[in-house]
Amino acid sequence: MSMQDVCVIVPVYNEAPTVAKTVSDLRQTFDHVVCIDDGSRDGSAELANAAGATVLRHVLNQGQGAALRTGFDYVLRQTTAAYAVTFDADGQHLVEDAQRMVDRARAEAIDVVLASRFTGRTEQMPFAREMILRAAVRFTRMTSRLEVTDTHNGLRVLSRRAVQRIDLRMPRMAYASELLDAIVPAGLSYVEEPVTVIYTDYSRAKGQKNSNAFNILFDLAVRRLRAVQ
Amino acid sequence: MIIKILLISAALGVAVLVLREKAPRQQEALRRAAGLLVVLAGIIAVLWPDLTTVAANAVGVGRGTDLVLYLLVMVFAYAALTTAQKIHRLQYDITVLTRELALLQPARSEGGEVLPRSEAEPAVRSAAKQEQP
Repeated sequence: MSMQDVCVIVPVYNEAPTVAKTVSDLRQTFDHVVCIDDGSRDGSAELANAAGATVLRHVLNQGQGAALRTGFDYVLRQTTAAYAVTFDADGQHLVEDAQRMVDRARAEAIDVVLASRFTGRTEQMPFAREMILRAAVRFTRMTSRLEVTDTHNGLRVLSRRAVQRIDLRMPRMAYASELLDAIVPAGLSYVEEPVTVIYTDYSRAKGQKNSNAFNILFDLAVRRLRAVQ
Repeated sequence: MIIKILLISAALGVAVLVLREKAPRQQEALRRAAGLLVVLAGIIAVLWPDLTTVAANAVGVGRGTDLVLYLLVMVFAYAALTTAQKIHRLQYDITVLTRELALLQPARSEGGEVLPRSEAEPAVRSAAKQEQP
């Protein structure tokens, strides 16, 4: 199926070692790849641009949530794309997975296709990471009323309607929970697709620290408290 | 003891501030008047130190220095909190500006095709519409 109407959003923050390959792999399948350079200082933006991506530059680092939001705004304001794909720049996702998820969203007319590394195949996930992610999944199932098996996975497919309805305002990494929490209230249909996540030494070093789970919980708790008033 | 009521209500006031999204719109005149009052009270306390003890006794505190300390803690908590909220708002504003700036100048890639622009569609979300965090 044609991928003309799909816009792939890749948040980039100092990913020089992997961003060019990620972008050129994506460009094999997708015509439109947009990198949101979140204030990188290692030339990631130029590498992504040379590899075939449109680059939007945050002059200051604002966090991945803000970067994705800029990507979503780009999709809504400056394109007619029917689907937006979010894709990590560190090379842990497979382009085939993204493609299959878009096909499925289209075929089944689903608003949000989430990637799951737990029903899929995960290569070399550290044990502590697995424990924390499984706890995060239980937490998400309780708070967002979603029947998911994974959370905080950077690979997602959203229909234009979903992009319009999901508004991200949480700081730092808590946006991932925020995004999931918004699905049911926004009346969006969703489904999970098994995917492969490849844990390399690079992605392990570059990715989230396990202790960041605490920060995410803290941000979410503050939001809950404030929602009460 | 009167002081307990005063201190606990002040602490609760601070707690309310913590949970509120934004500090109540502060009356500039009121703030200035309060500031001048503090200066005045400070001068009086310096000139007649015993008066702090009189005031302390009036609200059920033994020593004037204790009363001053209590007041200091409350004022500090209030100041720290409102400053933190102000920084939060500034950070949010910077994020909005950064994002808008990024959207103004997309760097197209050489080989990359450009999706047709959505002119017909009104901008669904614009910075002007975004509420404060």
